Amino acid sequence: MWKFFHRLASPPHFYRLAAVFAPWFALPALVLIAYGVYAGLFLAPMDYQQGDAFRIIYVHVPSAYLSIMAYMIMAISGGIGLIWRMKLAHAVAAAAAPLGAAFTFLALVTGSIWGRPMWGTWWEWGDPRLTSELILLFLYFGYMALRGAIDDTAKADKASAVLALVGVVNVVIVHYSVEWWSSLHQGQTLLKEGGPAMDPGMLYPLLAMILGFTFLFGSLLLRRVRTEVLFRERRTRWVREMILSPEGS
Amino acid sequence: MKPRQQRMLAVGLAVIGIAIAAAFTLRAFQDNMMFFVDISDVIKGDYPKQRNFRIGGLVVDGSVERAEGSMDLRFRVTDMNCELPVSYVGVLPDLFREGQGVVAHGRLGGDGVFLADKILAKHDENYMAPEVADSLAKHVEGKTTPLREGVTGCDPQ
Repeated sequence: MWKFFHRLASPPHFYRLAAVFAPWFALPALVLIAYGVYAGLFLAPMDYQQGDAFRIIYVHVPSAYLSIMAYMIMAISGGIGLIWRMKLAHAVAAAAAPLGAAFTFLALVTGSIWGRPMWGTWWEWGDPRLTSELILLFLYFGYMALRGAIDDTAKADKASAVLALVGVVNVVIVHYSVEWWSSLHQGQTLLKEGGPAMDPGMLYPLLAMILGFTFLFGSLLLRRVRTEVLFRERRTRWVREMILSPEGS
Repeated sequence: MKPRQQRMLAVGLAVIGIAIAAAFTLRAFQDNMMFFVDISDVIKGDYPKQRNFRIGGLVVDGSVERAEGSMDLRFRVTDMNCELPVSYVGVLPDLFREGQGVVAHGRLGGDGVFLADKILAKHDENYMAPEVADSLAKHVEGKTTPLREGVTGCDPQ
Protein backbone atom coordinates (compact mmCIF):
# COMPACT_ATOMS: atom_id res chain seq x y z
CA MET A 1 0.00 0.00 0.00
CA TRP A 2 2.68 2.50 1.03
CA LYS A 3 4.88 1.29 -1.78
CA PHE A 4 2.09 2.00 -4.28
CA PHE A 5 1.60 5.43 -2.72
CA HIS A 6 5.29 6.23 -3.02
CA ARG A 7 5.50 5.03 -6.60
CA LEU A 8 2.41 7.07 -7.48
CA ALA A 9 4.07 10.15 -6.04
CA SER A 10 7.05 9.84 -8.34
CA PRO A 11 6.57 12.35 -11.18
CA PRO A 12 7.85 10.19 -14.09
CA HIS A 13 5.71 7.26 -12.95
CA PHE A 14 2.59 9.40 -12.60
CA TYR A 15 3.32 11.10 -15.92
CA ARG A 16 3.13 7.74 -17.71
CA LEU A 17 0.22 6.46 -15.63
CA ALA A 18 -1.86 9.58 -16.32
CA ALA A 19 -1.42 9.09 -20.06
CA VAL A 20 -2.75 5.55 -19.75
CA PHE A 21 -5.75 6.53 -17.60
CA ALA A 22 -6.85 9.78 -19.28
CA PRO A 23 -8.70 8.06 -22.19
CA TRP A 24 -10.49 5.77 -19.73
CA PHE A 25 -11.96 8.90 -18.19
CA ALA A 26 -12.66 10.61 -21.52
CA LEU A 27 -14.62 7.71 -23.02
CA PRO A 28 -17.23 7.31 -20.22
CA ALA A 29 -17.48 11.11 -20.10
CA LEU A 30 -18.38 11.20 -23.79
CA VAL A 31 -20.95 8.41 -23.52
CA LEU A 32 -22.59 9.71 -20.33
CA ILE A 33 -22.76 13.33 -21.47
CA ALA A 34 -24.12 12.32 -24.89
CA TYR A 35 -26.86 10.28 -23.19
CA GLY A 36 -27.49 12.98 -20.59
CA VAL A 37 -27.84 15.76 -23.15
CA TYR A 38 -30.18 13.73 -25.36
CA ALA A 39 -32.31 12.35 -22.53
CA GLY A 40 -32.31 15.66 -20.68
CA LEU A 41 -33.42 17.71 -23.66
CA PHE A 42 -35.77 15.26 -25.40
CA LEU A 43 -36.83 12.37 -23.13
CA ALA A 44 -37.26 14.02 -19.74
CA PRO A 45 -40.76 15.44 -19.11
CA MET A 46 -41.02 19.17 -18.59
CA ASP A 47 -41.46 20.53 -15.10
CA TYR A 48 -44.99 21.26 -13.85
CA GLN A 49 -44.00 24.77 -12.77
CA GLN A 50 -41.00 25.77 -14.83
CA GLY A 51 -41.85 24.15 -18.16
CA ASP A 52 -38.83 23.59 -20.36
CA ALA A 53 -36.71 26.19 -18.58
CA PHE A 54 -35.80 23.66 -15.89
CA ARG A 55 -33.59 21.79 -18.40
CA ILE A 56 -30.69 24.14 -17.68
CA ILE A 57 -30.34 22.01 -14.52
CA TYR A 58 -28.47 19.45 -16.65
CA VAL A 59 -25.55 21.85 -16.94
CA HIS A 60 -26.05 23.92 -13.79
CA VAL A 61 -26.05 21.17 -11.16
CA PRO A 62 -23.04 19.19 -12.48
CA SER A 63 -21.07 22.45 -12.82
CA ALA A 64 -21.98 23.60 -9.33
CA TYR A 65 -21.09 20.22 -7.85
CA LEU A 66 -17.72 20.21 -9.64
CA SER A 67 -16.99 23.78 -8.56
CA ILE A 68 -16.97 22.43 -5.01
CA MET A 69 -15.37 19.07 -5.83
CA ALA A 70 -12.47 20.72 -7.68
CA TYR A 71 -11.90 23.04 -4.73
CA MET A 72 -11.78 20.15 -2.27
CA ILE A 73 -9.29 18.31 -4.51
CA MET A 74 -7.22 21.49 -4.69
CA ALA A 75 -7.28 22.05 -0.92
CA ILE A 76 -6.68 18.42 0.07
CA SER A 77 -3.82 18.10 -2.44
CA GLY A 78 -2.38 21.34 -1.06
CA GLY A 79 -2.64 19.92 2.48
CA ILE A 80 -0.96 16.65 1.45
CA GLY A 81 1.75 18.66 -0.27
CA LEU A 82 2.32 20.71 2.88
CA ILE A 83 2.39 17.79 5.30
CA TRP A 84 4.17 15.12 3.26
CA ARG A 85 6.21 17.53 1.10
CA MET A 86 4.89 15.74 -1.95
CA LYS A 87 5.62 17.70 -5.12
CA LEU A 88 3.09 15.79 -7.18
CA ALA A 89 0.28 16.84 -4.82
CA HIS A 90 1.12 20.50 -5.41
CA ALA A 91 1.11 19.86 -9.16
CA VAL A 92 -2.39 18.34 -8.86
CA ALA A 93 -3.60 21.37 -6.86
CA ALA A 94 -2.16 23.78 -9.42
CA ALA A 95 -3.76 21.84 -12.26
CA ALA A 96 -7.19 21.70 -10.60
CA ALA A 97 -7.57 25.46 -10.02
CA PRO A 98 -8.41 26.69 -13.55
CA LEU A 99 -10.78 23.75 -14.07
CA GLY A 100 -12.59 24.57 -10.83
CA ALA A 101 -12.79 28.23 -11.78
CA ALA A 102 -14.29 27.30 -15.17
CA PHE A 103 -16.99 25.11 -13.61
CA THR A 104 -17.76 27.79 -10.99
CA PHE A 105 -18.17 30.35 -13.77
CA LEU A 106 -20.45 27.97 -15.66
CA ALA A 107 -22.57 27.37 -12.55
CA LEU A 108 -22.92 31.12 -11.94
CA VAL A 109 -23.79 31.92 -15.56
CA THR A 110 -26.35 29.11 -15.99
CA GLY A 111 -27.89 29.98 -12.62
CA SER A 112 -28.20 33.60 -13.64
CA ILE A 113 -29.79 32.75 -17.00
CA TRP A 114 -32.32 30.54 -15.20
CA GLY A 115 -32.92 33.09 -12.46
CA ARG A 116 -34.02 35.85 -14.82
CA PRO A 117 -37.26 34.19 -16.02
CA MET A 118 -37.91 32.07 -12.90
CA TRP A 119 -37.05 34.31 -9.96
CA GLY A 120 -37.36 37.55 -11.89
CA THR A 121 -33.76 38.62 -11.35
CA TRP A 122 -30.35 37.97 -12.89
CA TRP A 123 -28.57 38.37 -9.60
CA GLU A 124 -29.44 39.15 -5.99
CA TRP A 125 -26.77 40.56 -3.72
CA GLY A 126 -27.33 39.38 -0.20
CA ASP A 127 -28.44 35.91 -1.10
CA PRO A 128 -26.11 33.55 0.79
CA ARG A 129 -25.93 30.82 -1.86
CA LEU A 130 -25.29 33.20 -4.76
CA THR A 131 -22.79 35.33 -2.88
CA SER A 132 -20.78 32.43 -1.46
CA GLU A 133 -20.54 30.81 -4.91
CA LEU A 134 -19.22 34.13 -6.29
CA ILE A 135 -16.68 34.23 -3.45
CA LEU A 136 -15.66 30.71 -4.49
CA LEU A 137 -14.89 32.04 -7.98
CA PHE A 138 -12.83 34.87 -6.45
CA LEU A 139 -10.97 32.33 -4.28
CA TYR A 140 -9.99 30.42 -7.42
CA PHE A 141 -8.84 33.67 -9.05
CA GLY A 142 -6.91 34.63 -5.92
CA TYR A 143 -5.31 31.20 -5.78
CA MET A 144 -4.17 31.38 -9.40
CA ALA A 145 -2.98 34.97 -9.00
CA LEU A 146 -0.96 34.05 -5.91
CA ARG A 147 0.69 31.17 -7.78
CA GLY A 148 1.44 33.47 -10.69
CA ALA A 149 2.88 36.16 -8.44
CA ILE A 150 5.57 33.97 -6.82
CA ASP A 151 8.38 32.85 -9.11
CA ASP A 152 9.85 30.22 -6.80
CA THR A 153 7.71 27.09 -7.34
CA ALA A 154 8.25 25.68 -3.84
CA LYS A 155 7.24 28.97 -2.19
CA ALA A 156 4.25 29.39 -4.52
CA ASP A 157 3.14 25.83 -3.64
CA LYS A 158 3.26 26.50 0.09
CA ALA A 159 1.56 29.91 0.03
CA SER A 160 -1.21 28.79 -2.30
CA ALA A 161 -1.82 25.59 -0.31
CA VAL A 162 -2.40 27.69 2.82
CA LEU A 163 -4.82 29.92 0.89
CA ALA A 164 -6.68 26.88 -0.44
CA LEU A 165 -7.02 25.40 3.06
CA VAL A 166 -8.33 28.68 4.49
CA GLY A 167 -10.89 28.85 1.68
CA VAL A 168 -12.37 25.45 2.63
CA VAL A 169 -14.56 27.37 5.09
CA ASN A 170 -16.30 28.98 2.13
CA VAL A 171 -16.96 25.60 0.51
CA VAL A 172 -18.82 24.52 3.64
CA ILE A 173 -20.79 27.78 3.52
CA VAL A 174 -21.69 27.26 -0.17
CA HIS A 175 -23.02 23.79 0.60
CA TYR A 176 -25.04 24.63 3.74
CA SER A 177 -26.08 28.19 2.80
CA VAL A 178 -29.56 27.06 1.77
CA GLU A 179 -30.07 25.21 5.05
CA TRP A 180 -28.61 27.62 7.57
CA TRP A 181 -30.19 30.78 6.25
CA SER A 182 -33.22 31.82 4.28
CA SER A 183 -32.24 32.03 0.64
CA LEU A 184 -33.80 32.69 -2.73
CA HIS A 185 -32.07 29.55 -3.98
CA GLN A 186 -34.07 26.36 -3.50
CA GLY A 187 -32.89 23.72 -1.05
CA GLN A 188 -31.29 20.37 -1.78
CA THR A 189 -33.18 18.30 -4.34
CA LEU A 190 -30.87 15.31 -4.77
CA LEU A 191 -29.58 15.04 -1.19
CA LYS A 192 -32.97 15.73 0.36
CA GLU A 193 -34.05 13.58 3.30
CA GLY A 194 -36.19 10.73 2.02
CA GLY A 195 -34.60 10.62 -1.42
CA PRO A 196 -34.40 12.96 -4.42
CA ALA A 197 -37.48 15.15 -4.90
CA MET A 198 -37.47 14.63 -8.63
CA ASP A 199 -39.32 12.69 -11.32
CA PRO A 200 -37.24 9.58 -12.29
CA GLY A 201 -37.45 10.60 -15.95
CA MET A 202 -35.69 13.85 -15.04
CA LEU A 203 -33.40 12.31 -12.44
CA TYR A 204 -31.56 9.67 -14.49
CA PRO A 205 -30.31 12.08 -17.17
CA LEU A 206 -29.19 14.41 -14.38
CA LEU A 207 -27.25 11.63 -12.63
CA ALA A 208 -25.70 10.70 -15.99
CA MET A 209 -24.65 14.31 -16.51
CA ILE A 210 -23.17 14.57 -13.01
CA LEU A 211 -21.18 11.37 -13.53
CA GLY A 212 -20.23 12.39 -17.07
CA PHE A 213 -19.01 15.81 -15.91
CA THR A 214 -17.00 14.10 -13.17
CA PHE A 215 -15.28 11.83 -15.69
CA LEU A 216 -14.69 14.82 -17.97
CA PHE A 217 -13.13 16.68 -15.06
CA GLY A 218 -10.99 13.63 -14.21
CA SER A 219 -9.77 13.33 -17.77
CA LEU A 220 -8.98 17.04 -18.07
CA LEU A 221 -7.28 17.02 -14.67
CA LEU A 222 -5.01 14.10 -15.62
CA ARG A 223 -4.00 15.87 -18.83
CA ARG A 224 -3.37 19.12 -16.99
CA VAL A 225 -1.32 17.38 -14.29
CA ARG A 226 0.83 15.83 -17.04
CA THR A 227 1.59 19.27 -18.49
CA GLU A 228 2.20 20.68 -15.02
CA VAL A 229 4.59 17.83 -14.12
CA LEU A 230 6.46 18.18 -17.40
CA PHE A 231 6.94 21.92 -16.83
CA ARG A 232 8.00 21.51 -13.19
CA GLU A 233 10.45 18.72 -14.03
CA ARG A 234 11.77 20.42 -17.17
CA ARG A 235 15.34 20.46 -15.86
CA THR A 236 15.43 16.84 -14.71
CA ARG A 237 17.14 13.99 -16.46
CA TRP A 238 14.07 11.84 -17.08
CA VAL A 239 12.37 14.61 -19.03
CA ARG A 240 15.49 15.26 -21.11
CA GLU A 241 15.92 11.56 -21.80
CA MET A 242 12.29 11.16 -22.71
CA ILE A 243 12.37 14.08 -25.13
CA LEU A 244 15.64 12.99 -26.71
CA SER A 245 14.58 9.37 -27.06
CA PRO A 246 13.47 8.42 -30.59
CA GLU A 247 9.91 7.51 -29.47
CA GLY A 248 9.29 10.91 -27.90
CA SER A 249 6.73 10.93 -25.07
CA MET B 1 7.42 14.47 17.36
CA LYS B 2 8.59 14.02 13.82
CA PRO B 3 8.58 17.12 11.61
CA ARG B 4 5.89 15.52 9.47
CA GLN B 5 3.62 15.07 12.47
CA GLN B 6 4.30 18.65 13.53
CA ARG B 7 3.23 19.87 10.12
CA MET B 8 0.13 17.70 10.28
CA LEU B 9 -0.76 19.20 13.66
CA ALA B 10 -0.11 22.74 12.43
CA VAL B 11 -2.33 22.29 9.36
CA GLY B 12 -5.04 20.58 11.41
CA LEU B 13 -5.08 23.25 14.13
CA ALA B 14 -5.07 26.07 11.56
CA VAL B 15 -8.07 24.61 9.73
CA ILE B 16 -9.98 24.04 13.00
CA GLY B 17 -9.11 27.56 14.19
CA ILE B 18 -10.36 29.15 10.99
CA ALA B 19 -13.54 27.07 11.12
CA ILE B 20 -14.26 28.25 14.68
CA ALA B 21 -13.53 31.87 13.79
CA ALA B 22 -15.82 31.63 10.77
CA ALA B 23 -18.57 30.00 12.83
CA PHE B 24 -18.48 32.83 15.40
CA THR B 25 -18.45 35.50 12.69
CA LEU B 26 -21.41 33.96 10.90
CA ARG B 27 -23.35 33.64 14.15
CA ALA B 28 -22.72 37.30 14.91
CA PHE B 29 -24.02 38.29 11.48
CA GLN B 30 -26.87 35.77 11.52
CA ASP B 31 -29.54 38.43 10.87
CA ASN B 32 -27.61 39.94 7.97
CA MET B 33 -27.05 36.54 6.37
CA MET B 34 -30.79 36.00 6.11
CA PHE B 35 -32.04 36.80 2.65
CA PHE B 36 -35.56 37.43 3.94
CA VAL B 37 -37.48 37.77 7.21
CA ASP B 38 -40.18 35.26 8.18
CA ILE B 39 -43.74 36.59 8.39
CA SER B 40 -44.06 35.58 12.07
CA ASP B 41 -41.00 37.70 12.86
CA VAL B 42 -42.47 40.67 11.00
CA ILE B 43 -45.75 40.38 12.96
CA LYS B 44 -43.72 40.13 16.16
CA GLY B 45 -41.95 43.37 15.20
CA ASP B 46 -38.62 41.59 14.76
CA TYR B 47 -37.47 43.19 11.49
CA PRO B 48 -35.01 45.94 10.47
CA LYS B 49 -36.90 49.22 10.97
CA GLN B 50 -34.25 51.58 9.63
CA ARG B 51 -34.01 50.09 6.17
CA ASN B 52 -36.01 48.26 3.54
CA PHE B 53 -35.99 44.49 3.91
CA ARG B 54 -37.30 41.34 2.29
CA ILE B 55 -40.08 39.07 3.43
CA GLY B 56 -40.51 35.51 2.25
CA GLY B 57 -43.35 33.02 2.36
CA LEU B 58 -46.13 31.45 0.33
CA VAL B 59 -48.77 33.41 -1.56
CA VAL B 60 -52.10 32.55 0.11
CA ASP B 61 -54.47 30.78 -2.29
CA GLY B 62 -57.23 33.05 -3.53
CA SER B 63 -55.71 36.16 -2.00
CA VAL B 64 -54.39 37.78 -5.19
CA GLU B 65 -56.49 40.81 -6.19
CA ARG B 66 -55.77 42.97 -9.20
CA ALA B 67 -57.27 46.44 -9.50
CA GLU B 68 -59.23 46.89 -12.73
CA GLY B 69 -57.22 48.63 -15.49
CA SER B 70 -54.01 49.13 -13.50
CA MET B 71 -51.01 47.18 -12.36
CA ASP B 72 -51.91 47.47 -8.69
CA LEU B 73 -51.75 44.13 -6.99
CA ARG B 74 -52.64 43.01 -3.49
CA PHE B 75 -52.09 39.59 -1.98
CA ARG B 76 -51.31 37.93 1.33
CA VAL B 77 -48.14 36.04 2.22
CA THR B 78 -48.04 33.32 4.85
CA ASP B 79 -45.42 31.23 6.62
CA MET B 80 -48.17 28.71 7.53
CA ASN B 81 -48.49 30.47 10.86
CA CYS B 82 -49.02 34.17 10.30
CA GLU B 83 -50.20 36.21 7.30
CA LEU B 84 -49.15 39.60 6.01
CA PRO B 85 -50.93 41.66 3.33
CA VAL B 86 -48.66 42.91 0.54
CA SER B 87 -49.27 45.59 -2.05
CA TYR B 88 -47.23 45.92 -5.23
CA VAL B 89 -47.26 47.78 -8.52
CA GLY B 90 -45.31 46.31 -11.41
CA VAL B 91 -44.37 43.26 -13.43
CA LEU B 92 -44.37 39.79 -11.86
CA PRO B 93 -41.94 36.93 -12.53
CA ASP B 94 -43.20 33.84 -14.39
CA LEU B 95 -43.28 31.61 -11.35
CA PHE B 96 -45.44 33.96 -9.26
CA ARG B 97 -48.49 31.88 -8.42
CA GLU B 98 -50.94 31.38 -5.59
CA GLY B 99 -49.67 28.74 -3.22
CA GLN B 100 -46.08 29.27 -4.39
CA GLY B 101 -43.08 30.76 -2.64
CA VAL B 102 -42.43 34.47 -3.02
CA VAL B 103 -39.85 36.98 -1.80
CA ALA B 104 -40.86 40.65 -1.62
CA HIS B 105 -38.52 43.58 -1.05
CA GLY B 106 -39.90 46.79 0.43
CA ARG B 107 -41.06 48.27 3.72
CA LEU B 108 -43.89 47.87 6.19
CA GLY B 109 -46.45 50.67 5.96
CA GLY B 110 -48.13 52.18 9.02
CA ASP B 111 -51.34 50.26 8.31
CA GLY B 112 -49.58 46.91 8.53
CA VAL B 113 -49.48 46.42 4.74
CA PHE B 114 -46.09 45.53 3.26
CA LEU B 115 -45.36 47.92 0.39
CA ALA B 116 -43.25 45.91 -2.04
CA ASP B 117 -41.05 47.53 -4.68
CA LYS B 118 -39.73 44.23 -6.01
CA ILE B 119 -41.25 40.75 -6.19
CA LEU B 120 -39.19 37.61 -6.75
CA ALA B 121 -40.60 34.13 -7.14
CA LYS B 122 -38.99 31.45 -5.04
CA HIS B 123 -38.92 27.97 -6.48
CA ASP B 124 -38.96 24.94 -4.20
CA GLU B 125 -36.75 21.88 -4.50
CA ASN B 126 -39.41 19.64 -6.08
CA TYR B 127 -39.31 18.77 -9.75
CA MET B 128 -42.32 16.99 -11.22
CA ALA B 129 -43.84 16.16 -14.56
CA PRO B 130 -47.15 18.00 -15.21
CA GLU B 131 -49.15 14.73 -15.16
CA VAL B 132 -47.72 13.75 -11.80
CA ALA B 133 -48.50 17.17 -10.37
CA ASP B 134 -52.08 16.89 -11.66
CA SER B 135 -52.66 13.50 -10.09
CA LEU B 136 -51.12 14.69 -6.84
CA ALA B 137 -53.44 17.69 -6.85
CA LYS B 138 -56.43 15.34 -7.34
CA HIS B 139 -55.51 13.33 -4.28
CA VAL B 140 -55.03 16.41 -2.16
CA GLU B 141 -58.33 17.95 -3.25
CA GLY B 142 -61.06 17.82 -0.66
CA LYS B 143 -58.65 18.02 2.23
CA THR B 144 -58.68 21.63 3.33
CA THR B 145 -55.25 22.98 4.01
CA PRO B 146 -54.74 25.95 6.31
CA LEU B 147 -53.27 27.69 3.25
CA ARG B 148 -56.61 27.52 1.43
CA GLU B 149 -58.76 28.48 4.36
CA GLY B 150 -56.70 31.41 5.51
CA VAL B 151 -54.47 31.05 8.50
CA THR B 152 -56.15 31.28 11.85
CA GLY B 153 -54.61 31.69 15.25
CA CYS B 154 -51.41 33.49 14.23
CA ASP B 155 -49.03 32.87 17.07
CA PRO B 156 -45.83 34.89 16.70
CA GLN B 157 -43.63 32.81 18.99
